[in-house]
Amino acid sequence: MGEHMISTTLIRAAEYEDANPLIPNPWEAAVAGIGFIVLFIIVVKVIAPRFEQSYQNRVEAIEGGINQAEEAKAEAEALKAEYEKQLADSRAEASKIREEARAEGAQLISEAQEKAAAESARIREQAQAQIEADRAAAAASLKSEVGTLATQLASKIVGEALEDDARSSRVVDRFLADLDAEQQTQGATQ
Amino acid sequence: MRGPALSSLALSAAEEGGFQPPTISETHLPDILPWMAPWGTGFGKNMLMVILAVVLITWLFSFAIRKQALVPSRGQYLAESAYGFVRNTMGRDILGDKHFKPWIPLLFTVFFFVLFNNLFGAIPGLQMPTFSHAGPAYALAGIIWVTWIALGFKLHGAKFMKLMTVPSGVPKPLLLILTPLEFLSNFIIRPLTHSLRLMAVMLAGHIIVMLAGSGAEFLIAQQEGIANAGLGVAVLIGSIPLYFLELIMMVLQAFVFALLTAIYIQGSIEADAH
Repeated sequence: MGEHMISTTLIRAAEYEDANPLIPNPWEAAVAGIGFIVLFIIVVKVIAPRFEQSYQNRVEAIEGGINQAEEAKAEAEALKAEYEKQLADSRAEASKIREEARAEGAQLISEAQEKAAAESARIREQAQAQIEADRAAAAASLKSEVGTLATQLASKIVGEALEDDARSSRVVDRFLADLDAEQQTQGATQ
Repeated sequence: MRGPALSSLALSAAEEGGFQPPTISETHLPDILPWMAPWGTGFGKNMLMVILAVVLITWLFSFAIRKQALVPSRGQYLAESAYGFVRNTMGRDILGDKHFKPWIPLLFTVFFFVLFNNLFGAIPGLQMPTFSHAGPAYALAGIIWVTWIALGFKLHGAKFMKLMTVPSGVPKPLLLILTPLEFLSNFIIRPLTHSLRLMAVMLAGHIIVMLAGSGAEFLIAQQEGIANAGLGVAVLIGSIPLYFLELIMMVLQAFVFALLTAIYIQGSIEADAH
C-alpha cells in the first residue's frame, strides 16, 4: 500500500514538472518565421498585385463611362471652338479682302485721276505749242505783210523814190528788230 | 475514444481516483518526424500548422482572384472584401493615404497568417493554434519589431532613437526618468507584449478546450452514476458558447496583432510628427 502511494506520487511529480509556456521551441520559431516570410513574398509578388489590379480595373470600368462622356463633351467643345475660330477667321478674311478692294479701288481712281491730269496737261501743252507756232507763223507772215503794206503805203505817200526792194526790206527789218528789242526790254523791265 | 493526450491523464486519474486538470506540457504534443519523438526534437504539429496556413492562404486567395472579374463571383467578392478590409481599415485608416500603399502586403500577410493559425485551434482534428506556443509568437513579433525599427532609422536616421526615447515638451529633470522608461516601453516591452498578448490568449483558449474535453471525459467515462454523466454533458454543452467566444478571440487577436503592426509602422513613419 505504501509503495503504491510512493509510485503514484512519483508519477504525479513527473507530470507536474510542467513546461514553462514562455520558453520557445527555437525550431517552431524558425519555421513560423520562415513560413511568414515565404507567405509575405507570395503576397508581395502575386496576391496583392492581383487584388490591386482587379480593384483598379473596376475603378476604371466605373469611371470609364463618366470619362468617356466627359471626353466626348470636351471633343464637342473643341470642335465648336474650332468652328467658331474658323468663322471669325473667315469674317476677318472677308473684311480684309473688302478693305483691300476698297484701297485698290481708291488707288485705281487716283491713278486714273493722275493719268487724266497728266493727259490734260500734255494736251494743254501741245495746244499751247500749237498756238505758239501759229502765233509765230502769223507773226512772221504779218511781219512780211505789214512790211509790204507799209512800204506800199509809204511809197504811195512818198512816191516812186522808195522802189528799191532791197533797201526797203532792210529798212523794214531794222525797224521791226528795233520794235522787237523795244518790246523785249519792256518785258524785261516789267 | 480517448485522445493520446488524455491517456496519461486517464491513467493517473484512475490510480489517484481524482480529476487532474491538463497541463502546459500536454499542449506540447510529441513530434511527427521522427514519429512520437519528444516535443522540440523534430518536426512537430505546430510547424505543420504553419505550412498548412501558408499553403491555404496562398491557394484560397489566388484561387479567388484568378479571374480578376469586373463583376466578381461570390468567392472573389469575399476575398476582395477580406483584402479590402485589411487594405482600408488597417492600411489607409492608420497609415494615411500617402503612406499606406507599400505596407498593404505586410499587413495582409500578418493578419491572415495570424488569423488562419489561430483558427486552426477551433477546427476539430487540427485543434492547434500555432501561436499558443511562444516560439512562433516571438518570431512574428520579432520580424515586425525589426521592421519598424529599421524603417524608423531609414526615414529619420540616428535621430529616430531620440524621437522614440525623448518625449518633447517635458522639463529636463523629468527626462532623466522618462527617457529610460520610454526606451524600455518602446524597444523592450512593446515586442514582448505584442507577442505575449497573442500567445497568452491562444494558450488560454487552448487550455479551456482541453479542460472542457478532459473534464467531460472524466465525468462521463470514468465516474459512476447518472448524475456525473449528466454533469459531463452539461460541461460539453457549456463548452459550446466557450467555443464561440474562443472563435471571437481568435479573430480579435489576429485583428489586434495586425492593427498594432500598422500602428508601430505608422509610429516610425511619423516619429517626428509629435
